[in-house]
Amino acid sequence: MTEELIIAGFGGQGVLSMGKILAYSGIMQDQEVSWMPSYGPEMRGGTANVTVIVSDERISSPILTIFDTAIILNQQSMDKFEKSVRPGGTLIYDPNGITRHPERTDINIYQIEGARLASEMGNTKIFNMVVLGAYLKVNPIVKLENVIKGLKNSLPARYHKLIPLNEDAINTGMKNVVDMHILN
Amino acid sequence: MGELKLMKGNEALAEAAIRAGADAYFGYPITPQSEVIEYLMAEKPHERTGMVVLQAESEVAAINMIYGAAGAGKKVMTSSSSPGISLKQEGLSYIAGAELPCVYANVVRGGPGLGTIQPSQADYFQSTKGGGHGDYRQIVLAPASVQEMADFVKLGFELAFKYRLPVLILSDGVIGQMMEKVELFDQVPRLTDKEIEEKYPWATTGRKKGTERRVITSLALQAHEMEAHNLKLQAKYKTIRENEVRYEAINCDDAEYILVAYGSSARIAQKTVQMARQKGLKVGLFRLITLYPFPSVDMQELCKQGVKGFLAVEMSSGQMVEDVMLAVKGCAKVAHFGRFGGVVHTPEEVLNALEQKIIGG
Amino acid sequence: MTNISLEEIIKPENLVYEKTKLMTDNVLSYCPGCGHGTAHRIAMEIIEELDLQEQTIGIAPVGCSVLAYDFMNIDMQQAAHGRAPAVATGIKRVYPDKIVFTYQGDGDLAAIGTAETIHACNRGENITIIFINNGIYGMTGGQMAPTTIPGMKSSTSPYGRDIKLMGNPLKMTELVAHLPGTYFVTRQAVHTPSAVRKAKRAIRKAFENQRDKKPGVSFVEIVSNCNSGWKMTPTDANKWMEENMFPYYPLGDIKVDGELVK
Ligand SMILES: Cc1ncc(C[n+]2csc(CCOP(=O)(O)OP(=O)(O)O)c2C)c(N)n1
Ligand code: SF4
Ligand SMILES: [Mg+2]
Repeated sequence: MTEELIIAGFGGQGVLSMGKILAYSGIMQDQEVSWMPSYGPEMRGGTANVTVIVSDERISSPILTIFDTAIILNQQSMDKFEKSVRPGGTLIYDPNGITRHPERTDINIYQIEGARLASEMGNTKIFNMVVLGAYLKVNPIVKLENVIKGLKNSLPARYHKLIPLNEDAINTGMKNVVDMHILN
Repeated sequence: MGELKLMKGNEALAEAAIRAGADAYFGYPITPQSEVIEYLMAEKPHERTGMVVLQAESEVAAINMIYGAAGAGKKVMTSSSSPGISLKQEGLSYIAGAELPCVYANVVRGGPGLGTIQPSQADYFQSTKGGGHGDYRQIVLAPASVQEMADFVKLGFELAFKYRLPVLILSDGVIGQMMEKVELFDQVPRLTDKEIEEKYPWATTGRKKGTERRVITSLALQAHEMEAHNLKLQAKYKTIRENEVRYEAINCDDAEYILVAYGSSARIAQKTVQMARQKGLKVGLFRLITLYPFPSVDMQELCKQGVKGFLAVEMSSGQMVEDVMLAVKGCAKVAHFGRFGGVVHTPEEVLNALEQKIIGG
Repeated sequence: MTNISLEEIIKPENLVYEKTKLMTDNVLSYCPGCGHGTAHRIAMEIIEELDLQEQTIGIAPVGCSVLAYDFMNIDMQQAAHGRAPAVATGIKRVYPDKIVFTYQGDGDLAAIGTAETIHACNRGENITIIFINNGIYGMTGGQMAPTTIPGMKSSTSPYGRDIKLMGNPLKMTELVAHLPGTYFVTRQAVHTPSAVRKAKRAIRKAFENQRDKKPGVSFVEIVSNCNSGWKMTPTDANKWMEENMFPYYPLGDIKVDGELVK
């Protein structure tokens, strides 16, 4: 199993930390992982993206142009990465702020209203965990228990009290992911 | 098994410095390697092992702090990125001349000049052919993973003290900024001052009464003395060439075509090998671990085994390719491919280049 | 006058002065009359008198005193041009209990090494800096230094230093005295016996401060001659120094025990 994933959105949406939690979860179940962020001036206020690879084998290139899955959280990223999903692959997006919805017919497309659900839960910071939940529902590459373990490992102890909230957010995401276009 | 962590390459380098028992780190911030000193400052190694961390006023000062501490027998490290490494060259030449051990890392970014903060491998010539003035060499280790960023610090110190020269960890923005799983080696204890005095008869630690004074210098006013010193250095470099070559041959056994690469380019090329194999092309990857010493002899062996062509893949306009040409001595076709100036080539582009420049061409 | 034989003179009981053991027997490479040799000697005498040799590491600069390590019989490192304060910082940080000093000329300390000097002083490194100000680049043949005084001739200011064209001399010692990281800052000379005695007291204080872990740099400038670079006889050079250098670089303590002397 190898999953090659890109998560793309605005800086501040928790794109990088979502990728980090996913990578940590992979380690918890003895897999190889890589996490390669875009870095530099483009991060300031602009788009941020991270390529995450989780695999049973040694990972070759941490930088990719074609992905199994793209998680897209703003319009710029939609324009840039919709075409980068391999045929038969998966695109998950939050419709909030999206003016041009994905148009491809050769991939699976899902929606998650992460921004709305997070604000309904009273904490916009858990937005990325809602999206992560949606992704794990569609593609359960890591077990929820390993995500929780990953959270414990990646968060400083003083934030551990927030883990149940994060778990709720992941569950909310899992329940609310919507099929838009499914290949059969 | 050691402790497992998810870390950035730069953080792994910093953590490894503490664990390798380094006595001090002196550095100056520059993207994309500032995480090294940031991590060290946050970790308070002074409390963990007694290691000193100091932010110097410039790279020039930092490398000279290294010179002083190394000359006194301590295990010391610095790091920077391309523009800062250029500033360190004066000090490095003195360190090589005075035969002092140290480890330093270059997390390469695109140049020339202030360039870009994006990844590059354009400092190959500077790293392997000298860099500073004079006829000297340094061991150059090229990590291709976060794991190797950590491991090569320990290895680097071993080699630096074995041969008394600077060891360069030549990384780039990809390896520095990405996170991967690392298994951290256990803490190596720092040497005590007494151990240093006994182990390193050359180190300036204060002249004990009744003993000869120790002097650290790279100066010899008489040309014939300087020539003799140079001959000694050259003999040392020869020993290194004979004993310290390191590389990894991936899918090379039956290969007709070989990609030669190091660092992040090797990771990308490895993906190209997978893609090529799926197309039925017999392609292998020769990943350089030491750039100096360069594995010339082993490359000639590949020719004998029937390899028809080598593609040097590097994020530069063609630097390492010159060493590949010198190594294979015309026994097979050699070509170069690489994006540069901060642009990272894709596995697809590498495959394309291989098909056009080597297989088809 | 009584006749005394050579044998008589060199009898141990007639010994009136002996070179410190911390100077080697190597022949000094300095020009006759040059102040460098005297400055070396008093520095080494102090190390011997304070019994600090086993923990002292000295740093030689680039300049006429590049070979200081051939003359000072202690552990020494030779630094790149201007970098001695950084080298000293490196050593002192990993050996806080050792005694570390630099010995630098004015080109080394106040031109190419300005940043290293100011920052080591400003960080308050617990080191000693001995600064030989001869107003010129002696080693390379008498070019203008940052300390060359107005009107003074050198090979790169052959008509005299023109402030409009070449800028002002740099009073590095006054400058570092105003940094919070310096503890003792003084300006001395070594051209007469009484000046040597005073300079030696200052150097003693500078090393004692470090030994006693007094916070910050102890900085001793020695205004010195360079008869070769100045193109004068040694006696003329000393006279010229008194008449021209001392008014511009007045001798005396500038900062003592961390307080500026008013
Ligand atoms: C990087 C570098 N630039 C220039 C030189 C040449 N150089 C050697 S000594 C010196 C000037 C030394 O003058 P100063 O520090 O005043 O010492 P002095 O000889 O007067 O005692 C210069 C410019 C050098 N060795 N290294
Ligand atoms: S050139 Fe000047 S400073 Fe150098 S040794 Fe001669 S007199 Fe002294
Ligand atoms: Mg001078």
